[in-house]
Amino acid sequence: MSYVQSIPPRDIEAHLAEHDNKSILRFITCGSVDDGKSTLIGRLLYDAKLIFEDQLANLGRVGSPGAANGKEIDLALLLDGLEAEREQGITIDVAYRYFATSKRKFIVADTPGHEEYTRNMVTGASTADLAIILIDSRQGILQQTRRHSYIASLLGIRHLVLAVNKIDLVGFQQQVYEEIVTDYMAFAKELGFASIRPIPISARDGDNVISASANTPWYRGAALLEYLETVELDPMDQAKPFRFPVQMVMRPNADFRGYAGQIASGRISVGDPVVVAKSGQRTSVKAIVTYDGELATAGEGEAVTLVLADEVDASRGNMLVAPGARPFVADQFQAHVIWFDSSPMLPGRSYILRTETDSVSATVTALKHQVNINSCIREAAKSLQMNEVGVCNVSTQAPIAFDAYADNRATGNFIIVDRVTNATVGAGLIDFPLRRADNVHWHALEVNKSARSAMKNQLPAVLWFTGLSGSGKSTIANELDRILHAQGKHSYLLDGDNVRHGLNRDLGFTEEDRVENIRRVAEVAKLMADAGLIVLVSFISPFRDERRMARELMEEGEFIEIFVDTPLDECARRDPKGLYEKALAGKIANFTGVSSPYEVPENAELHLQTVGHEPIDLALKIEEFLEKRMDDE
Amino acid sequence: MSLIHLRRLEAEAIHAIREAVATFSNPVALYSIGKDSSVLLHLAMKAFYPAKPPFPFLHVDTRWKFREMIAFRDRMARELGFNLLVHVNQDGIDQDIGPFSHGSNVHTHVMKTMALRQALEKYGFDAALAGARRDEEKSRAKERIFSIRSAQHGWDPKRQRPEMWKTYNTRVGQGETMRVFPLSNWTEFDIWQYILREEIPIVPLYFAARRPVVKRDGMLIMVDDERMPIQPDEKVLEQQVRFRSLGCYPLTGAVESEAATVPDILREMLTVRTSERQSRLIDTDEVGAMEKRKREGYF
Repeated sequence: MSYVQSIPPRDIEAHLAEHDNKSILRFITCGSVDDGKSTLIGRLLYDAKLIFEDQLANLGRVGSPGAANGKEIDLALLLDGLEAEREQGITIDVAYRYFATSKRKFIVADTPGHEEYTRNMVTGASTADLAIILIDSRQGILQQTRRHSYIASLLGIRHLVLAVNKIDLVGFQQQVYEEIVTDYMAFAKELGFASIRPIPISARDGDNVISASANTPWYRGAALLEYLETVELDPMDQAKPFRFPVQMVMRPNADFRGYAGQIASGRISVGDPVVVAKSGQRTSVKAIVTYDGELATAGEGEAVTLVLADEVDASRGNMLVAPGARPFVADQFQAHVIWFDSSPMLPGRSYILRTETDSVSATVTALKHQVNINSCIREAAKSLQMNEVGVCNVSTQAPIAFDAYADNRATGNFIIVDRVTNATVGAGLIDFPLRRADNVHWHALEVNKSARSAMKNQLPAVLWFTGLSGSGKSTIANELDRILHAQGKHSYLLDGDNVRHGLNRDLGFTEEDRVENIRRVAEVAKLMADAGLIVLVSFISPFRDERRMARELMEEGEFIEIFVDTPLDECARRDPKGLYEKALAGKIANFTGVSSPYEVPENAELHLQTVGHEPIDLALKIEEFLEKRMDDE
Repeated sequence: MSLIHLRRLEAEAIHAIREAVATFSNPVALYSIGKDSSVLLHLAMKAFYPAKPPFPFLHVDTRWKFREMIAFRDRMARELGFNLLVHVNQDGIDQDIGPFSHGSNVHTHVMKTMALRQALEKYGFDAALAGARRDEEKSRAKERIFSIRSAQHGWDPKRQRPEMWKTYNTRVGQGETMRVFPLSNWTEFDIWQYILREEIPIVPLYFAARRPVVKRDGMLIMVDDERMPIQPDEKVLEQQVRFRSLGCYPLTGAVESEAATVPDILREMLTVRTSERQSRLIDTDEVGAMEKRKREGYF
């Protein structure tokens, strides 16, 4: 948006070369609502004369409650570009701004203060080198100040400016400033920033923004802009090992096979040995191909195409790495997770985990604790609510290649995607692989599933009966079990109530416990199917996500979902266990259909309507389905 | 060694372009013939080298583009050998929609927004790459690099996905599509510097020349063809002008300038005090105009 000022350059080429060689500082502004973040950036741009005339003139046209007197310009409006932001006078989403001074280039992300939009603050913070935390002098440290400081430190931001704003509104008192700084330093001690620079400012009036203010003679440090221009950033770590996440395999013709991607860290030269992370295959780099010609060497950040000396198996999601310093390859690891979604993160639920180029099914196997952002103290938790941060054990369906986030921001991060809404519901920072993932390998059994089922002359299956309490699941399953038994088939019925008396007796009926309930029974069903059995599972299993999780555990075609469809009033009328009467009287919490939802199956293999049909006929219908499946085989 | 600025932007853009191709089944690049499109096209040529970009380039033609733009478009497609698709909204032709007869709002809605929606649906594209930059306009400053659009092509700022690192969420639901903006972090100045360094061909309208213009509503409108009505109190004058941004000729103001080469343009930019969008009539017809258009499916 803005360019280097004040030089009418004669030699434009020389000027451009100099301009291009300037370092870039990526920073964010954060803090609580109304602490003045957008105003501060507006002030920086305005005072540095980096705002175009038509944009300034436009501010006059935009009516806002904040600029009602028409005399003062509301600088925040330079940034708050969305209708809803102007209406509410808050920042909802990150705005990126670009500016340069004679010393440095800047990319600034103005991030929202409102707790509801923490995800957008994380968006800005994930690529920033420095954070400006704003504090309102009249308010001191607030919860959002702590939250944002914690997230900034978690995401690897090393340098912090503590902007004690609105200092004019407390009469430029040194004492107020000192107290806030002391409080903040005490709090931030735990967070491990490399540097924290406090500055008293008034974003609205420009004190200590571009130049030192006469109103704060007691402050001797640099003004904000001067500090941003000169703060020493950590030099790029030359010694970081080579990491190349494979983005895509390029095969334009039979003679060319290249691996395209952006170098996440380290350097690579033609002739260097590399290893395919997931398989351990060794080869070397034959050529580094770009449109501008082949390169002898390439380093961090470059988007190139590598041609390898040997045919190796490395598709998207894999990583080419330095042989002497390999990343972890594991399917279980510990990570810090920031949760964004209004529906909570539930251990046991299946999500999609996405790294820069890889994508796998994943579940959180254990939520070890959540971090209280006010105190940084660990607290026990069963689920993560929106904007909470937790430490989790994560299990992926297939191994992924990664580094610890602390060692490598690019290869140590992941996002969590909801399988149904496709929303990005969480972000993760990997701590370390879990040892059990390294040491426990699948034991290849001599007598396998097909041998076992062949002996029984049957196809193993998991028949998953789902439906409301009292819909008739167990009755139909019982009938079917009898028929199969009479035919000499080997089957077993897992009933919800019975399993809760034993294996799952420690579980209650909260959403978290229901997820775990289903996970365990699905694992048991899987083992039984592996033994060659036809397993009948009769569980209410009200949530689509968990039924999908169970389906994905089984082999293709092995999971047969049977929707036992009975209207709620009919179930309540039958009420075989007298539960509806209690639930409707409010005596049972979380009762499916009454006080807890039932998600109707969308792609059940069998849909049985019980009203007007006898259980035996419905059981025979399932038996027919199994016969046909056997014939198709 | 850290990458210098332009190479960093270039690598980031190539990564985003490849990511769209790796994760979508039927992507397209929107080609508006302007300087940003020219840079996007150049980056796409780089991203898949030695192959050609594995997607077509779509030009949504409003029938009111400068004649030089259309000639340039056809020349580039011929020379670079990319797959060019041109779409015009037939409904708009039938109703003879135009900026003079219907005003900029109706014209833009029918001939750009609706036309784009039609084309995306016609070919079943699930991702559309475009050269939009965050520094162009306030609501653009809030865009993600991967930006989801509803099945109705609408942009909902509150539904934007958090976008951390370079780990993009590229999953879309039934009927939803993705807009991909690889040039998000580029500024106008970066674009020109890159055009200079890479010697990227651009439409000659960006360079100053004597052109017939009429002063109207404080803007210099070029008389590009006979469809332009000249009011009795207006005079067509030959002036030394150029364009900072290109769109439909009746809606795009020229600026007086002597800058006849890319280095001249860069030199001029160091002293200019107005933004490039100032010359775009459609941005200023009401507050929040761009955001409103994007909600309706404009890119």
